[in-house]
Amino acid sequence: METKRLVFIGVGGQGNLLASRLLGEAALAMNIPVVVSEIHGMAQRGGIVESAVLLGDVSSPIVSSSEADVLIGFEPLETLRALSKCNKDTVVITNTHPLPPFTVAVGQGTYPKVEETLKFIRERAKKVIELDGNAIAEEVGNPLSLNMVMLGALIGSGTTPIGAEEMKKVLSTSTKKAFLESNLKAFDLGMAKAV
Amino acid sequence: MHKLLTDSPGEKMLLLGNEAIARGALEAGVSFATCYPGTPSSEIPMNFFNISMESDLYFEYSTNEKVAMEVAAAAAVSGLRTIVTMKHVGLNVAADPLMTLAYVGVKGGMVIINADDPSLFSSQNEQDNRYYSRLSGLPMLEPTSSQEMKDMTLKAFEMSEALELPVIIRTTTRLAHVRGPVELGDLKPIVKKATFEKNPFRFVTVPAVSRKLHVELLDKFDKAAEISNGDAYNEVIGTGKWGIVANGACFNYVKDAVLDLGIGENVSILKLLMSWPQPETLCIDFMKKVDKVLVVEELEPINETELKAFAQENGITIPIKGKGIGAFSRLYEYDPGMVRQSIADFFGVEYKAPEKMDLAATPELPARPPNLCAGCPHRATYYAVKQVFGKQAIFPTDIGCYTLGLLPPISMADFVICMGSSASSGCGFAQATNQKVVSFIGDSTFFHSGITGLVDAVHNNHKFTLVILDNGTTAMTGHQIHPGVNTEPMGIERTRIPIESVVRALGVQDVHVIKPFKLKKAMESIKNAMEYDGLSVIISEEMCPLFAKATKQFKKSKPFRVNHDKCRNHRDCLNFLACPAMYLEGDQVEIDKNTCIGCTVCAQVCPENAIVPVKA
Repeated sequence: METKRLVFIGVGGQGNLLASRLLGEAALAMNIPVVVSEIHGMAQRGGIVESAVLLGDVSSPIVSSSEADVLIGFEPLETLRALSKCNKDTVVITNTHPLPPFTVAVGQGTYPKVEETLKFIRERAKKVIELDGNAIAEEVGNPLSLNMVMLGALIGSGTTPIGAEEMKKVLSTSTKKAFLESNLKAFDLGMAKAV
Repeated sequence: MHKLLTDSPGEKMLLLGNEAIARGALEAGVSFATCYPGTPSSEIPMNFFNISMESDLYFEYSTNEKVAMEVAAAAAVSGLRTIVTMKHVGLNVAADPLMTLAYVGVKGGMVIINADDPSLFSSQNEQDNRYYSRLSGLPMLEPTSSQEMKDMTLKAFEMSEALELPVIIRTTTRLAHVRGPVELGDLKPIVKKATFEKNPFRFVTVPAVSRKLHVELLDKFDKAAEISNGDAYNEVIGTGKWGIVANGACFNYVKDAVLDLGIGENVSILKLLMSWPQPETLCIDFMKKVDKVLVVEELEPINETELKAFAQENGITIPIKGKGIGAFSRLYEYDPGMVRQSIADFFGVEYKAPEKMDLAATPELPARPPNLCAGCPHRATYYAVKQVFGKQAIFPTDIGCYTLGLLPPISMADFVICMGSSASSGCGFAQATNQKVVSFIGDSTFFHSGITGLVDAVHNNHKFTLVILDNGTTAMTGHQIHPGVNTEPMGIERTRIPIESVVRALGVQDVHVIKPFKLKKAMESIKNAMEYDGLSVIISEEMCPLFAKATKQFKKSKPFRVNHDKCRNHRDCLNFLACPAMYLEGDQVEIDKNTCIGCTVCAQVCPENAIVPVKA
C-alpha cells in the first residue's frame, strides 16, 4: 500500500503523543502496517514535542526533512517552525490558537502574528486546513480535548486510509468514561472543519 | 490487569519498544528486575514496577546503576532469570561490576538492557556503548523493531543460560521510543526463589581465580562467535553485488531506502542483529560476494573498522566505506533521507529528493526551550539562593529537572558532567578558587551518587554550600520512587531514609531545612549558610506538584492574578521568575489561572504586592 508519513508537532501538555498513539492503534486494528515514534524526557517540560506516524510499506519510524505527507501542528508557531518537514505536496493541518513561549514573555523574541503565519503557510503548502482547536475544545467543555479536535481534522482531511468509524472505536476503548462524550464531540467538530 | 500480562498468544499489540522488552522478559519467565531509571530506558522499569504489584515478579528501583547491576548479579548467579536496565551513561556507573561479572558469569539468564541516545535527546553525551561489549567480552544484541525488541529479549535469556554469560541488548532512542505491532507469545510462570550453590573457585575473584576465569571467558566468547556466525540472529538479505551492512535503527532506514530507490535486485544487506562477537565468517563470505560495501551505523565506525580488519586478513580489496559517505558522520543520529541519499551517492543511483518548500523568508522565530513547570519548587529555591549569594558564586549543578536552571532568567548552572558531580565538583571548586560555591543536587541524584561527594566534603574540610532539592520523587524520568520517598500514600512498602538524617550522620555541622515557597524564611537560612565558615547543607523540601497531583497528595490553592490598579510594571515576576503561567498582554503581565497552581512565590516577589489570589 501507499506510504504515508505524518508528523505531529505540539507543545508539552497538548497531548500530541496520545493523538499519534491512538492513530497507530486504529491502523493496527485495520491491519495497516504502522510505526509511531515519540520523544520523551527533558523536551516534554514545556518544550516542543514531536511525534510521527508512518503507515504502509515503511519501517523507518521517523520523517526526514521535506518528507512529510501531512503535518499536524497543534500550535501555529510550531507549525511554522516544523515546515522544514514539508515539501510542496504536503497537506498542513494547523491549530490557529497561539501559545507563546515564555521567551516571548521575557522579551527574548517576538511571537509572529498568527494571520501572517497562516498566510506564509498557505503560500507554500499544497493544502492548509486551519482551525481554532482550543475554541472547539472549550466549546465541548473539555479544554484537554484539543488532541481529539486535531485527530478529527486529520481523519476529516482524508489524507490517511483510516476512517472515522475505526478511529472512534479506538477512542471509545481508550478514553476514560468521564471524558468520552466530550472527546467524541471534539473529534466530530474537528472533523467537520476539515471535510 | 496490566496490559503486558495479557495472556493471549498470537494477539497483536501496538507496543513501545521499551514495553516490548518488558513483555519479552515476561515471556522468558523473568523473576527478578532491577534498574536505575534514565531516558530512553525508563518505560521498561516503569512497566516492571506496575507488573510487580500484581505478580510474583521482584522489582526494585536500585540506588544507582552499579547497585542495580550487583543486586541483579546475585540473583542471576543464584539461578533466577534476571534483567537490569539503564541508559548508556548508567552503564559507566555499572561498568565496574559489569567487567568482572563477565568473568564469573551467571546461572540463571541475565539480560542487561542498555539504551543509547544518539543526538542527545535527553543525555549529557552520545557515547557509543557498543564498545562495552568489546570491553567486557559480553555478547550484544541489537534489535531493529518493537517485534524484535520482544523476540530478542526472550532469546537473550536463552543465550545467556546457554553461555552462562550476561547478554547485553543495546537499544537507541529510535527503538526504545517507537511503537510498532508486536505479536504476543506465551507467558512463562515466574520462579520466585532459587538456591545459591557455593563455588569460591568461580565466584570469588581473587587473582588466582580470575586468571582461570579469563580463560573461560575467552572460551565462552568462541562459543558466542559460533552463534553469531549461525543463522539464528545475523542474516544476509538479497543476492546483489552492492553490499550494505546495517545494525539497529539504521537497518530500517536501509530497508526503506532500498525499496524507495528500487534497487532490491542489486543489493545484499548484512543485518547485524547479534553485533558482538562479530560474525567473522559471515562477514568474510559476504564481502567475497559483493563488489563494494557501505556500512550504515550511527556514532562510531565500529562495524566499519572491524570489517576492514577482516578484509585485510583475508586479502579482500573491495572498497569498504561508511563514515564520510554523504552525510554519514560520527555525530548524531541518522535519518531515512540521509541514508537514502548516501546509498544513492555510493552506488551511483539516480535519485531526486522531494522538492523542498522555499522557507528562506521565514521570520526569526522565538525559541521554545523546555522550562521548569508552573509552581515548580526549584524555581523558588533558585530565586532565594540567588538573592543571597548573588550571581557571582560558582553553581555546580547535576542531572535532573533542575538542570533547566541553566536557562535565563535563572541562569544558575555552571558545571555538570554526570550524576552526582555537583557534590564532588563543589569540593574541587571550593579548594581550587576563592569564589563562593553553591552546588545543586536533586534528592534521587543525592542517593544515586551525591552522598560519596558529600563524605569527601566533610572529611577533607571543604567549605561550600550544597543545596539538596528534595521534591520527593525522581521527577525528570517520570516520578519514580527513590530511597528518600515516602511511599505510603502510593500504597507501597519501602523504608524511607530521610535526607536530613543522612546529612547529619555524615557529620555535616551546618544543616538547614527550608520550605522554598516561604521565601523570607528560606533566605534567612540561606544567609546563615553563606556566613558559616565551613560546609553547609541546605535541604529544600517541597513536593514536585506533578508528582503530588499524580499521587493525590496535591493541596489545591487558589490561582493568582495581577491587580492592575497596583501593578507598576516593575516586572520582577517575569524578570526573576519567568513562570510559564505568566504572559504579556500588551505591556502588562498577566497570569493564566489555568496554569497557575498558587505557589505564591511571585506574590512574595512583587514589590507592589500587586499579585493577589483570584477570588472564587
